[in-house]
Amino acid sequence: MERMQRVVGQARAAFRSGRCRSLEFRLQQLKGLERMVREREQEILAAIHADLHKSGPNAFNHEILGLLGELALAMDKLKSWAAPQPVKKNLLTLRDEAYICPEPLGVVLIIGAWNYPFLLVMQPLVGAIAAGNAAVVKPSEISENTAQLVADLLPQYLDPELYPVVTGGVPETTELLKERFDHILYTGNSAVGKIVMAAAAKHLTPVTLELGGKSPCYIDKDCDLTVACRRITWGKYMNCGQTCIAPDYILCDPSIQSKVVENIKATLQEFYGEDVKSSPDYERIVNKRHFQRIVGLLKGQKIAHGGEADEATCFIAPTILTDVSPESKVMEEEIFGPVLPILTVKSVDEAIEFINCREKPLALYVFSNNKKLIRRVISETSSGGMTANDVLMHSLVPHMPFGGVGNSGMGAYHGKYSFDTFSHRRACLIKDLKMESTNKLRYPPGSQKKVDLAKFFLLKRFNKGRVALVILAVLGIVAAVVAKMVSAG
Amino acid sequence: MERMQRVVGQARAAFRSGRCRSLEFRLQQLKGLERMVREREQEILAAIHADLHKSGPNAFSHEILGLLGELALAMDKLKSWAAPQPVKKNLLTLRDEAYICPEPLGVVLIIGAWNYPFVLVMQPLVGAIAAGNAVVVKPSEISENTARLVADLLPQYLDPVTVRLLFAMQELYPVVTGGVPETTELLKERFDHILYTGNSAVGKIVMAAAAKHLTPVTLELGGKSPCYIDKDCDLTVACRRITWGKYMNCGQTCIAPDYILCDASIQSKVVENIKATLQEFYGEDVKSSPDYERIVNKRHFQRIVGLLKGQKIAHGGEADEATCFIAPTILTDVSPESKVMEEEIFGPVLPILTVKSVDEAIEFINCREKPLALYVFSNNKKLIRRVISETSSGGVTGNDVIMHFFLSTLPFGGVGNSGMGAYHGKHSFDTFSHRRACLIKDLKMESTNKLRYPPGSQKKVDWAKFFLLKRFNKSRAGVVIFAVLISVLLGIAAAVVAKNHQAVLKSKALLLVLAVQSLGGRRLW
Repeated sequence: MERMQRVVGQARAAFRSGRCRSLEFRLQQLKGLERMVREREQEILAAIHADLHKSGPNAFNHEILGLLGELALAMDKLKSWAAPQPVKKNLLTLRDEAYICPEPLGVVLIIGAWNYPFLLVMQPLVGAIAAGNAAVVKPSEISENTAQLVADLLPQYLDPELYPVVTGGVPETTELLKERFDHILYTGNSAVGKIVMAAAAKHLTPVTLELGGKSPCYIDKDCDLTVACRRITWGKYMNCGQTCIAPDYILCDPSIQSKVVENIKATLQEFYGEDVKSSPDYERIVNKRHFQRIVGLLKGQKIAHGGEADEATCFIAPTILTDVSPESKVMEEEIFGPVLPILTVKSVDEAIEFINCREKPLALYVFSNNKKLIRRVISETSSGGMTANDVLMHSLVPHMPFGGVGNSGMGAYHGKYSFDTFSHRRACLIKDLKMESTNKLRYPPGSQKKVDLAKFFLLKRFNKGRVALVILAVLGIVAAVVAKMVSAG
Repeated sequence: MERMQRVVGQARAAFRSGRCRSLEFRLQQLKGLERMVREREQEILAAIHADLHKSGPNAFSHEILGLLGELALAMDKLKSWAAPQPVKKNLLTLRDEAYICPEPLGVVLIIGAWNYPFVLVMQPLVGAIAAGNAVVVKPSEISENTARLVADLLPQYLDPVTVRLLFAMQELYPVVTGGVPETTELLKERFDHILYTGNSAVGKIVMAAAAKHLTPVTLELGGKSPCYIDKDCDLTVACRRITWGKYMNCGQTCIAPDYILCDASIQSKVVENIKATLQEFYGEDVKSSPDYERIVNKRHFQRIVGLLKGQKIAHGGEADEATCFIAPTILTDVSPESKVMEEEIFGPVLPILTVKSVDEAIEFINCREKPLALYVFSNNKKLIRRVISETSSGGVTGNDVIMHFFLSTLPFGGVGNSGMGAYHGKHSFDTFSHRRACLIKDLKMESTNKLRYPPGSQKKVDWAKFFLLKRFNKSRAGVVIFAVLISVLLGIAAAVVAKNHQAVLKSKALLLVLAVQSLGGRRLW
């Protein structure tokens, strides 16, 4: 589409003008973002409520609090992040300047998801701006109220040519992906992730893919079940289960299965009261398509709790399934809904094997008092990230990278990792034109003698012994000089 | 092809066995590689000579010296590279363990190039092994002697399973040889990372194949690396260094200075200096110098010779197809639109284009794709910094060429059309690792989590803001901590004193504590 070409072309021309290079400009834009979030808070919360039936306080906690933290961090650290980073030098480069220089990439594309519709475009945008790029922002059309709001607000607070918002669905995104970008950060599912990467390949555009998977949650017999289940309940049913790092399913010994169910039920009561549907803290499924998908997963399952659903309001009650079979539909894809299957395993060995038979998930959770067991699970599995004895929390540590591995994604962001993701780290070596004679070794004509000397200077192994010899020789000379002086005087 | 499925499947099964996880195993493999390089040095040099007409000393300097350095570094640093890396914690995680844990990815694929056929598979292999992966190695078929040698040697020195069947030795680090059809089949398999060295056209094909499996890629591609020579510089030295880097390996180096940009007034001096240096390096008869390589094959020979058509040849131009010999060649007054300025030359042809100023040079560079390397020669450091800040490239060397490649603490890689990702030294280890974020909490202090649980409220939000947003924290946290500390200390002191001197001091000390607490309280709220 002509529109896409125009928008991206304008962003590229704006980038080439050089105005987003200066740190002052970038800080100014970040301050503008911060102002936008503070001034228009009510509208943002209202849009999120319209999209996901999320209460103001919850929307603030989920989507604004963390964003304000990221903005504060970026503004605080920008100068140090953008500064050249000197590197350790070797014998050949002792006299030279050697450093890694972070540079903007150019025009980047941020494709958001609908489950945290504001945060998932804004948080990457903070990094993209901090790194000095122009950024095309494409919020998810499924969370249409937030998408519309982002399209309205950004031009009021940010340079509209450098940071255009493009709205639309699959056709528009497909057209957008035909354009050339210098980096694409996509948040969503693995199927579309492959499409994004294939489109990026045509232009040799590097990608960061924040995808998903089935994040397992292993509960050891040796743990405080009340606390464990309360934390799991919080992370699972937050946003009605529509969280990329929500604990997808539980693995535990059959002897504790019913206790787990009881604890979760009790916690659900604490959190949402008797009538979940009327709790302002319980969200809704984003649309009918996902509603039907999730309800379909319940077929043939043993429902230990919940199961009530109302299509008109896209309400699905917090649901627990027990004695779930690994082959059932609910164990095929990421649930992304308020349905928690419990599968029984006889040992942590079995749990590890179960996890390793499947695609690497975005997150992994282990609950146990036994730190040794936790370390074992970590070392014998892989996942994007993990939290032990809690859920979700690793994503809230600002100095940790947030991203997947394998089917759950590639690359990472958050905090400085966002800045690095949207930067090119250019290797710089600045020499001078002096000391040319030291280069003789490298010039033709070549000879075995030159090679031996090169080995001497460059290979540590040779150095360790010989440097000592050299030092010894020097000391010997000094001793001789001193002896001479003493004998003379 | 079934063969590819089998080879990759075996590597995956071998990886899953878990034996390449331990640091001891990885060190053992790296030692094996080092032994291979030292013991079979002559065969390696002979293979490279057969492929590129490269002398033993040059082949050693280009392809073995650096590799030995990388092996030594990896073996020395492996333990620290593989160790969990603690991260700075925040208020929420003060009591927890928070670290980044490097993990192997699984089965990685290394596709080499023909111009430095040995080091371009070996150097990535060092990083892949150090990071704990299984590795499928695919050397370039164009450098066929080296490819065959690598296929023969690796199984003799890596993953030597002191058991049973011969083919078991090839499980973790198999070598796959072949051309385009074999590589295409190989790319249908699923890998956990692919590092490809070569050209941008094939780079796109590799990335597209990787996309089908969501495999991350490191692409070490190429481009036309510009070389700007400022009027204010020691031309003799500059030209000697440029000559070295340009004609090394007969121009077939991904970071060779591709073309020169300089003021018209120094063009002829540049030509003279390069000519003089060529004489120093290769003598009167370049063809008979053991230090001058050959073009790798007829196809590339014809491609490069074709670039000379219609050009002003200031030096060289002689070519002999039978031996794939092309003399060191300099072209002057080259037009930006000519064929020689379209693609990466990758041959011993050095075009000089004149520009009126460094501004024009910068503009010229920025109109084109981001190159893999960029060179500036000037005594004026300020000018060098300006060129760096107003252009982009994979890497830069100021006042020399190639040399940023040899400092392993610098990441080596491209940007834009010249590639993505980087390696060398620790960067290799990181490229072939997954950096997993790990947060280990305990099940205590559950009451502190109340803020996050439903039912939500504005009050809870305000408290969360208080604890989590630095802006609020900076002043208040300091005062709160101070007040609390003082209270606690005085409280303890008071208790101790009271215990020793019971009645009298008891009341006085308590009064003091209360006074401080109320003072602190008033300041806060």
